[in-house]
Parts: sequence; structure tokens; C-alpha cells
Amino acid sequence: MKTNITKIIIFSFVIFSLFVFWQALRKNNNYDTKSLIGNRISNFQLIEIYNDDKYISEYDLKKNKFTLINFFASWCAPCRIEHKYLLKLSRESEKIKIIGINFKDKKTNAINFLEELSNPYNFVGKDSKGKISILFGIYGIPESILVDNNLTIIKKIVGPIDQIQYDEILKLIQ
Amino acid sequence: MLSNIGIGLVVIVLILSFLIIYTACLDLKISNKFIKKSIYNLSLFQTTFTVLSFFTLIIGFINSDFSLINVYENSHTTKPLFYKIAGTWGNHEGSLLLWVNILVIFSFLFLVFSYTHGKKFRLYTLIFQNILILGFLFFLLLNSNPFNAIYPVPIEGLGLNPILQDPALAIHPPLLYVGFVGCSIYFSAAMASLIAGYRGILFAQSIKFWVKVSWCFQTLGIIVGSIWAYYELGWGGFWFWDPVENASLLPWFAITALMHSIIVLEKRKALYSWVIILCLLTFILSVTGTFLVRSGILNSVHTFASDPSRGIYILLFLSIMIFSSLTIFFIKHKKENFNFNLKSRETFILANNWFMAFFLVTVLIGMLYPIFLDVLTSVKISVGPPFFNIIIIPLIVPFLFLMAIGPKFSWIKSQNKFYYTILFFILGSIVINFSITYFFGKYSILSNLIFIAAVFLILHSFLDIKKFIDKKNKFVLPRIISHLGFGLLVFFIGINHQFSLEEDFNLKVGEIKKTKNYEVNFEDIKIKQSKNYKAVIGNFKITNLKNNLVQYLDPEIRIYSNPETLTYEAAIKTKITSDLYLTMSNVSRSDYYNIKFQNKPFMIWIWISALMIALGGFIQLTLKKNEN
Repeated sequence: MKTNITKIIIFSFVIFSLFVFWQALRKNNNYDTKSLIGNRISNFQLIEIYNDDKYISEYDLKKNKFTLINFFASWCAPCRIEHKYLLKLSRESEKIKIIGINFKDKKTNAINFLEELSNPYNFVGKDSKGKISILFGIYGIPESILVDNNLTIIKKIVGPIDQIQYDEILKLIQ
Repeated sequence: MLSNIGIGLVVIVLILSFLIIYTACLDLKISNKFIKKSIYNLSLFQTTFTVLSFFTLIIGFINSDFSLINVYENSHTTKPLFYKIAGTWGNHEGSLLLWVNILVIFSFLFLVFSYTHGKKFRLYTLIFQNILILGFLFFLLLNSNPFNAIYPVPIEGLGLNPILQDPALAIHPPLLYVGFVGCSIYFSAAMASLIAGYRGILFAQSIKFWVKVSWCFQTLGIIVGSIWAYYELGWGGFWFWDPVENASLLPWFAITALMHSIIVLEKRKALYSWVIILCLLTFILSVTGTFLVRSGILNSVHTFASDPSRGIYILLFLSIMIFSSLTIFFIKHKKENFNFNLKSRETFILANNWFMAFFLVTVLIGMLYPIFLDVLTSVKISVGPPFFNIIIIPLIVPFLFLMAIGPKFSWIKSQNKFYYTILFFILGSIVINFSITYFFGKYSILSNLIFIAAVFLILHSFLDIKKFIDKKNKFVLPRIISHLGFGLLVFFIGINHQFSLEEDFNLKVGEIKKTKNYEVNFEDIKIKQSKNYKAVIGNFKITNLKNNLVQYLDPEIRIYSNPETLTYEAAIKTKITSDLYLTMSNVSRSDYYNIKFQNKPFMIWIWISALMIALGGFIQLTLKKNEN
């Protein structure tokens, strides 16, 4: 009888711990920046990748009706896949400006990347150490944030932009 | 190219694992004394191919082959060769391959060296070990493949975090992996022992060597990590009770308990179930630690880029491991009766085990409580040094006393009368302790007790050394060295803690600050331009006011560009009696610099005594060889 109770206690402790670990894993998703929708992005400053003297801050974004901030890198394979949608977006819609933030990348590689695939961005900012991206709540790339002229985040895309996401963006900015 | 070779090799290892399990199962049915030759061959092939796959990855790193994502993300062409190689295990995927290597190599070595033991037991060990290997191989192939290719091939890699480019940190992970993953072999052996009914003395003998090997490497690995933290992290500390440090301590407590109780099993045929529990627990705790660190649940300097899918896999694996081992244990477990005499060595070893279990539970609670609380109530707290210090430090006092006295007792029942020696030594320790307080300064009652206990152990160890020189029984030497090392470690940490001088002040160039015993003269400031950073180097002249000894310290502030980051490099002057430690940081909008000046007595002795603990273990490993 005594050993049975011991067994039950041990097993329930183990099950409980494993369950908590499992929950803790899921809890990591709390960092999912989707919950940021509705928040406003606050002060930031981006230095341009081509020219260190040029930079933009949140005031410049307020001039645009909509801005899509896209995080990319030359080494990121899905970024290549989503690239054509970014190009399409920059061609087809006047209302939206696209800002690229080059994440943890080498300058030359990034410039070559844009030369090879052509440049959809109105401005390319650099974030070679990945610190600015953290301020935007990014945890992997590609990721994109759509903000309005109030700097409120209205959409957040984790992973590459595809046709469905593309259509949604178009709908949102109508 | 390299990617295909690597994946090919890993797949071959995977197939060999299946083959080994299959042939071993067939061989189980044949009742003779010898294991089939083919199993040896398969295991040898498996080892060869695993090692080859690891070399393939190392070659990728040496040649900076950026067609491998792993090399691209963790290396750079301009890195020195040493750090290119170290980069192989400096990341999650590469270290997992190292992990598999150790599993396979230990599996092979155990098979070869356990030839005196029962066939069934060896075969079951091999089967369980290969199940573990399979688990990790699938994890490696499906989730964390170090040989994943990237296309188009990047021209340059992203490089390794500068803080990780340190010799101590290059050898820290492999040491720990040998220690932690080495435990797997007696996890498998314990399961095999339960199933094959291979109990008692023979079982103890079969795993004793492996327990010692993994204990030595774990101990050394933890010490090296601590040394790195002291020299590189720049806070002047060496143990922070950081969750990941705690995760590494848990298996260490279990394995230390195991190393002691296995002697009881060997000599007294008792504590079999307890030894089995410890065997299982050590590896389970190793995997739990890995899970918590790699999944990103615990955050610290050790955090690998975390990935929840990785966590789910390890968690699943962990659950299977725990439930199968618990079930097998409860089914096969037989009740044991033992009756130890109070005045016997086994009683003291049991006491050691209770202490270890207590330390383990304390650290486990300290580590898990914040996670549990966060998950269940969303309250975020962190359990820090005060908790551990309050609970663990008082217990160190009796622990040290028992550690000194325990080995004096003989097995079964002691007849020796050595109470006078004990009394004499206690008096001696008290005298030494109060001379320290008299000459150098007072401290709390608890510290007094700790010093007395530590000195007591040290004195006892010296007595043992004297006896050793008289009798030349080399088998007691490792124990004496390790126990003496522990006594010295506690003693020097105590001294260091009590008599460290820490001053915090602001200075301008040209100014002088007088502290109790030192004069700090901020003589000059220089600017040095390096390849990827600009360094502001302060020149400090430190004069010891007692003996007018002059020393120069040159701390740095490094300004990395893109984006601007500042790092502070401490200047450390190590001497036999003390370390001088100085960091400076700039105070914004002024000419002043904030100076942190520390004098830490006997710092180097903390490392020496900690290394002595490990040294004892290593000496024992060589003794074992001579015995055979």
C-alpha cells in the first residue's frame, strides 16, 4: 500500500512537471508579435544601407498613408520567395511605401541581393546586429509589419508573404 | 557536396543502429556465453561512421564551406583556425552531432570493455543505448541537421559571437558533453540490469569506471565554464546561480552521490535500488537540463537560438525516457533490507547521499519554481543567490565534518578509536579560525562555523596524506586529493567572500583616489583603433599603501561600430595571494569615468582547489588501468 502511494506520487509529479514544461514551451508563443496589432510603433531611427548619413525616423513614416516594414536578409531563402510580391506591391499600389530592414547581414551581400532581384523598397535600413528588429518585436525573418499613418500596426505577417497575404494587404489599404 | 556526404554518413549510422538492435535481439535467444562477432563489427562500423560524420562537419568549418547553413551561421573566413574548429560544437546542431558521437563511442567502448560480464546484460545495455542513439539521430535528421545546405552559397559567414571566442569556452562544451552524455551508458546499463536481473556487485563493477569518467569530465567542464565567466563576463564573480549553471549542477549532484554509493554496492552488496535510481536520474537530469536550455525556456548566456519545435521533440523524448525507466523500475524493483551499523563507512556514504539529494532538490526547486509560477500564474520571478545561499551554505558545515570523518571509518563496523584525533583537530580548527578573525577581521557566526569545518577537513586530509606516505596505499590518494580540494575550495571561497575589497567611484584623468589599502592613480587615457572596434584604454597605477608595491592596470572600453555597442574589458592582475580587478565605464556628458576596483584575495586558489577535486578523479582513472 505504501509503495503504491509512492508510485502514484512520483508518477503524478512527473506528469505534472512534464505538463508544465509543455505549457512553458507553448508560452514562448506569447512572444508572437501578432499580439502587437493595434499597438503603435514608437521612436526609432534607421540608417540607410547605401549611405550612412541618410536615415529615417517615425516622422517620415507619418507622411505615408501606409507603410509596410519588411525584414529581410540575403541569406534567408524564404525572403527570395516573397520578393516578387514585394515588387508587385511597389509597382501596383501608390498608397503604400515599403521599407526594408536588412537583418543581421553583410552590407555587400545585401546590396548584391537587391541588385540581383531588384529593389522594391523605398528605403533600405540596416540592422547588422539584429537589435533594431528586436524593438519591432521581430523574432525571425522574413517578417513584415503594416502600419498606417498613425504608426499603428494593422497587420503583422510572420514568414514569407504569399498570394493570400498579398491580397489581404491590398484589401486593407483600399 | 559536403552536405550530402554528411547526411549520407548519418543515415548509415542510423541504419547500423537498427541492425545492431536487430542482431542483438536475435543473439539474446542464443544461450551461450559470447556475443556474436558481427555485433562487435557493426558497433565498430557505427563508431567509425559517426566519427567520420563529425570530421566532415569539422572540415566544413575549417574550409569555411558556406554551402552548409550551419557553417554560414556560425563561422567566418577571418576567424583563427582554433575558433573555426571550436565553432563546430559552439552551436545547437553541431553540438547535437557531438552528442551522438559520444553516445556511439561510449556504446562501443562499453561493449568492448565489459567482456567479463554477463552476455544478456551487455546485449540489453547495447539495445537501450542504441534506442537512445536512434532517438537523437532522428532529432538530428528531422529537426536539427548540421548538414543542411543553403543555396545560393553565401560569400561570407555571419561569424561567432566575440564573447564566445575564448580558449576556455572552446573546451568547455566538449568536456561537459562527455560528462553529461557519458551518463547515458549507465542509464542503459541500469535498464539492462533491471531487465536481465544482473544485480549486485557485478553490476557495480561493470559501470564503476564509466561513472568515474563522466564525473571527472563533468567536474572539469563546470570548473572551466566558471573560469571563463570570471575572466570574460567582467563582473568579478565566478558563480552566479544562473539557471543554466544550476541545470549543469543537477546531474553533478546525482552523479557525485552515485559515485559514492556505488562503492557501497560493490563492497557491501547494498543500496542496489538506490544506485539504479541514481543511474537513471543522472541521465534524465542531463537531458532535462538540455531540454530547458535548448528550448529557450531558460534564458542566459547559454541560450542557443531557440526554437519551440526543438523543445517539443526533446520533451517527447524525455517523457518516453522517464516513463519507460520508471515503469521498468517499479516492475522489476525488489525490496531491499539493509542494516548498517552507525559507526561504519557505509552509513557515512549514505549521509553523503542524503546531503547530495538535499542539494539537488534545493537547486531543482530554485530552478523550476520560476518556470512553474510563470506557467501557472503568469507571474515572473527569478530565484537568485540569496535563496541558494540561505539554504545551502548552513548545510555545508555538517557536510564538511562528515566528509572529513567518514573515510576514517571502516566497512561494516569500526573498532578504531579516533575520537581524540577528532577533538584535537576541532580544537586546532577553532584556533586557526580565531587567529584569522584576530589578524584579518571579524565575520558572522555562520562564517566562523564554515571556516572551522573547512579547516577541520583540510587538517584531516593532511593527516591522511601523512598516512598515505607511510603506508603507500595508492588507492586512497584520489579520495584524499578530491576531499582536500573541496575543503580548500570552501575555505578559499570563504576567505575571498569575507575579505574582498570592492570600491566603486568616479575619477577623471589625472585624479587619484585613496581607498583603505590602495591608491588608484588614473594616469592617462589612450585610444587604439582596431579592425572592428575602437578601444579607449585607461592607464591606472595602483599602489599598495602597505608595502608600496606598484602595479599597472589597463582596462578597456571597446566601441564596436554598426550598430554602436560598448563592451567593457576588465583588467585583471593575478598574483598568488590575490587578484586585482579593475573595470572602467564612461559617465555620460562628463569627463568622469566610473571605476570599479576590486581586490580579491586567493582567487587563483579557488581555481586550484576546484581543479584538485577533478584531479582526484582523473588520478583514480589511471589507477584503475594499472589494477587491470
